[in-house]
Amino acid sequence: MKPIQLLRARRRSGRWHWTDIAAYAYLGLGVVLMFGPVVWLVLSSFKTQASLLEFPPSLLPLSQQEVRVQGFPQPLPLFAATLDNGERRELAQVRRIGLIAQMIDPADPKQQYRVPTAKLAPVRHLSFVTANYTEPLQKFAFTRYLWNSVFVTTIATLITLLINSMAAYALSIYEFRGKTVAMLMVIGTLMIPITIILVPVYLVVTKLGLVNSLWAVILPGAATPTGVFLLRQYMLTLPRDLIEAARMDKASEWQIYWRIVMPLAAPALAVLAIFSIMWRWNEFLWPLAVLTKSESFTLQIGLNAFQGELQTQWNYLLAMTVVSLIPVALVFVFLQRFIATGIANTGMK
Amino acid sequence: MAGLTLKGVRKAYGTIAVIHGVDLAIADGEFIVFVGPSGCGKSTLLRIIAGLEEVTDGEIAIDGLDVTRVPASDRGLAMVFQSYALYPHMSVYKNMAFALENMGLARSEIDARVRRAAAMLRLTEYVERKPKALSGGQRQRVAIGRAIVRDPKIFLLDEPLSNLDAELRVATRKELAALHAEIGGTMIYVTHDQVEAMTMADRIVVLRGGRIEQVGTPLDLYNRPDNLFVAGFIGSPRMNLLPVQVVSPGLVRLSEASEPIKVTTGSLAAGASATLGVRPEHIALAAEGADLALTIDLVEQLGGDTYFYGSAPGLPQITVRQNGQALRGRGEALPVRFEPAHLHLFDAEGAAVRPGR
Repeated sequence: MKPIQLLRARRRSGRWHWTDIAAYAYLGLGVVLMFGPVVWLVLSSFKTQASLLEFPPSLLPLSQQEVRVQGFPQPLPLFAATLDNGERRELAQVRRIGLIAQMIDPADPKQQYRVPTAKLAPVRHLSFVTANYTEPLQKFAFTRYLWNSVFVTTIATLITLLINSMAAYALSIYEFRGKTVAMLMVIGTLMIPITIILVPVYLVVTKLGLVNSLWAVILPGAATPTGVFLLRQYMLTLPRDLIEAARMDKASEWQIYWRIVMPLAAPALAVLAIFSIMWRWNEFLWPLAVLTKSESFTLQIGLNAFQGELQTQWNYLLAMTVVSLIPVALVFVFLQRFIATGIANTGMK
Repeated sequence: MAGLTLKGVRKAYGTIAVIHGVDLAIADGEFIVFVGPSGCGKSTLLRIIAGLEEVTDGEIAIDGLDVTRVPASDRGLAMVFQSYALYPHMSVYKNMAFALENMGLARSEIDARVRRAAAMLRLTEYVERKPKALSGGQRQRVAIGRAIVRDPKIFLLDEPLSNLDAELRVATRKELAALHAEIGGTMIYVTHDQVEAMTMADRIVVLRGGRIEQVGTPLDLYNRPDNLFVAGFIGSPRMNLLPVQVVSPGLVRLSEASEPIKVTTGSLAAGASATLGVRPEHIALAAEGADLALTIDLVEQLGGDTYFYGSAPGLPQITVRQNGQALRGRGEALPVRFEPAHLHLFDAEGAAVRPGR
């Protein structure tokens, strides 16, 4: 179905039923609720710090127009002024003293006006402040943070997929004494929140000399009980005949795992990959604990650095938040066909 | 190609025994069919031979070598599964080549073997397809092809035709028989369908409740069933089994009123109860000297044959088969005579009574 058809879909073609209207209204509300904050974030990331703090806030990134006037080194802000005789003109503001502003006509700089500030309205136009993006990327080590985040996310996800699938393979395909106990223990660790194990794991990481290394972020979370459980449940649904057929075909256990079970578990692996990427990319508390030097910061920790004690550089913070959203959004775009089927199959939400 | 010997094979899951001591010798190149009702242990026995199930007790030898503790992958056997168990993510070619790659053969050798098997099974056009894009019959052939390419010591087939429709089943049955004639390997075939067993087997192994009831050629089993179970299981429609009493050595009768029937009674004493077995085609219509007068309940006209289902007081329903098209209707009387040369007698335990026993 083409997108345009999708947007015009109705219960009965050609006629509007009240349920059509209700459905569109409901879906429209959903779009606004889900997508509105993201749109606002993206638009706000192009605003100046001043217009971010402005009240009432504007949706679009508007900024005051400025003009260069002969005889003035700085560009002057432009206002729409209502003069005493009721005439409306666009004037540049030279200076402001109390409630009275001294204005000049940009076309005729000799002509000066004194206008009460209440009669001035700023002339604004749409402008995207791309410096919000370029400056932090140049001034701060943001590309470094980005690279660190990409590295952590990719390597951690690969390790997670590999070792979780191996554990799941053993727990689903083999029969051995204590299998249920092992599984229950894996599930049991789900009940332990990270805050409880933060200090012990930190001590281990310190003893291993991994503090400030990216491996300190990658390794502790590589084996996830959720991942093992998810993959095990999926592997249990694979027909046993296939594994037995592979065994009859002289395949080694490693070949059965790598060439039969892994390709067939692809939907579950995709789901776990998506979740792992999201977890790792958005991880905050643990990296904050083990990464103290700015060259090993991940993006989320780097973003935190904009939030000072006295002042927050909202324009940079928002712009870099958008940057940090892009990879996850791309992952969703490319893997989304797996998400629906995979999640439906694995029963994970 | 190899022979197989089972000695006292037992299998139990916990305390539940499913195979109670099976002894069997299979010669090189034989087509053996395991047949029996569901739950008789035939598939379990096949999986034990394959090495997919461990035996609780007993010994398995291939070509005289003890393989009881050898894992499935090292026994050199190939298996065709009921579900076919084709690898869904691999093409037909890859499915067939997988085992050969695992055996470490050269690419050219793998290619030659796969192409040869594909040609033999008329799969050449489909080798690049995934199993999903094949029909049931084609999938079945791929499963067989996967077994053939390996040139295994023994082929194991676990109800390979049960997922096909009736017409295709008959066609594939013939193909399998032809294939066996062509490549001549030892084949062990599991089915619950006695027609498949009769048509394909060199020898049939009839199983019930984890025990072998009888082993023999199809006609052996048909003509000389060892016991009531085999008599009832082999042959379609099944043998008529009628309760009788021994009158005197060589004579039995169906009831007090009926005429005595001549049959070998062996060592059975007079007055002993027994079961008389007679196949539908061994009951003749008799104008006079009838053993029994039946009333027709139902007539089935198959064109070439006619089946009468008749009843007589105090007896189970009796099936009579007549060649050709016999024009008799429901409710008519049908005087019949049993052919004395084809009668079977079973004692109270169900064992066949044979002359001199």
